Amino acid sequence: MNNKTKELFLKTADVIIANKEYLTELDAAIGDGDHGINLARGFKKLKEKLENDNFESRNELLKLTAMTLISNVGGASGPLYGTAFLNISKVISDTELNLADLIEIAEEAIAGIQKRGKAEAGEKTMLDTIIPAAESLKKSRDNNSDLESALNNCLEAAEIGMKNTIEMQATKGRASYLGERSIGHQDPGATSSFLMISTFIENYLK
Amino acid sequence: MGKKLINNPDNVVREMIEGLIMAENDHLEKLNGYNVIIRKDAPVEKVALISGGGSGHEPAHAGYVGQGMLDAAVAGEVFTSPTPDAIFEAIKAVDSGNGILLITKNYTGDIMNFEMAAEMAETEGIVVDQVVVNDDVAVKDSLYTSGRRGVAGTVFVHKIAGAKAAQGANLKEVKRSAEKVIKNVRTKGVAINPCQLPAAEKTTFNLAEAEMEMGIGIHGEPGTEKTKLKKVDQIVDSLISDILADLDLKKDGKIALMINGMGGTPLMELYIANRRANQILKDKGLKIHKNYVGEYMTSLEMEGLSITILKLDSGLINLLEAESEISLLK
Repeated sequence: MNNKTKELFLKTADVIIANKEYLTELDAAIGDGDHGINLARGFKKLKEKLENDNFESRNELLKLTAMTLISNVGGASGPLYGTAFLNISKVISDTELNLADLIEIAEEAIAGIQKRGKAEAGEKTMLDTIIPAAESLKKSRDNNSDLESALNNCLEAAEIGMKNTIEMQATKGRASYLGERSIGHQDPGATSSFLMISTFIENYLK
Repeated sequence: MGKKLINNPDNVVREMIEGLIMAENDHLEKLNGYNVIIRKDAPVEKVALISGGGSGHEPAHAGYVGQGMLDAAVAGEVFTSPTPDAIFEAIKAVDSGNGILLITKNYTGDIMNFEMAAEMAETEGIVVDQVVVNDDVAVKDSLYTSGRRGVAGTVFVHKIAGAKAAQGANLKEVKRSAEKVIKNVRTKGVAINPCQLPAAEKTTFNLAEAEMEMGIGIHGEPGTEKTKLKKVDQIVDSLISDILADLDLKKDGKIALMINGMGGTPLMELYIANRRANQILKDKGLKIHKNYVGEYMTSLEMEGLSITILKLDSGLINLLEAESEISLLK
């Protein structure tokens, strides 16, 4: 189980590192062009640490992920993703995750990001990917869907959420300085969140 | 891809600090394992001032560490906030038990990372307070933005709060003088050519041959308006008019004027801008008590400048003129 979680995080690190230029390009359009560079630096460090360590529990692995991102990414995304993973570490168990567990994980991640970033949905941030993803999981729970279709729907909701940031005007973070000029560009934070969520889900479904 | 005189983009910050310490080793040292620059004689028996932020703004902030200004500067990666662990180490290194004032520029990342470090310090019983500089009038301070950015005006906060701390004032008093500067300082900038991060393959924005970008920040982020390149006198007029619109200045009011180069602008052009700024400010009946021209808060190799005006009173004048070993702001 832990090896599987470790593999998942290694895979996520690879995806983020592979998308360094893409994320940086998105950020250059509306921010300061370092989102990909910063995340890639943090996830490269995380990869080194994961490869050299074995974990007793998922809690331990998530905590290490959080602290590594907090102390290596910098910018706003370091504290935001770091706090999200730190919050997840508090609720994650080592048993097979069911839909209720995934909803709890998503809600904890959102709570952590909102505590640090004080943002709401619709402000052109990573939350615009994560909140629709969480909402979709809840809807699946209410409809008694099976886990596989819940994850497929969640993936779709996350992607739509990410793409919806194109038309949004940023009101948080550096993109907010552009005012209306931020419209027409996909948010880099929403994009990196989608990359993480899609890696988690695709890895689970395969 | 633009050319740069570097070795490896991943090491620019560390290598820069090592070189800086070699040049300034009479009064500065680097904390082992962290990109933190502190006064060699730290901790000094007084309120300690710490600033920091992304690198690429040299001489900010390491260049302002020394007697009469900062006790420590925390350098993040280029244009990226430093991390909480590094800020926490800086706090511990300069804490003399008299309290710490953190001076950050108003960026989401800086505020979050400094806040996290302050929380860590508080758990160890260190008294920490924080001020946020937001002098850039190019950004509207509204519900729809993260508020105005902190730019070159930050240097005046370092100087005046630093002088107050050096006089033996307590944390509350030092914070109050920092806030007084923040309330009375305004800046606006322009760029005629963008900058490029050492690790990126492209510049952050593009300007055609005869274009300029008004209202730029200090991170290569696009400005508020892209227009046809104008003569510098016209640019200065426009920047100053936007600054004055936001500062309540009366006739015969005293000010400090700073013409700040963004990193790639010849001093010649800064002096030409300064000439016009002096002319129109005097025409408006303002008294330029102190005039600074040079590079104080840069944005890598960006070509452009910013103008900062600080509204002065006798209290601020005394602190601005207080002795400091930082020659940049004498």
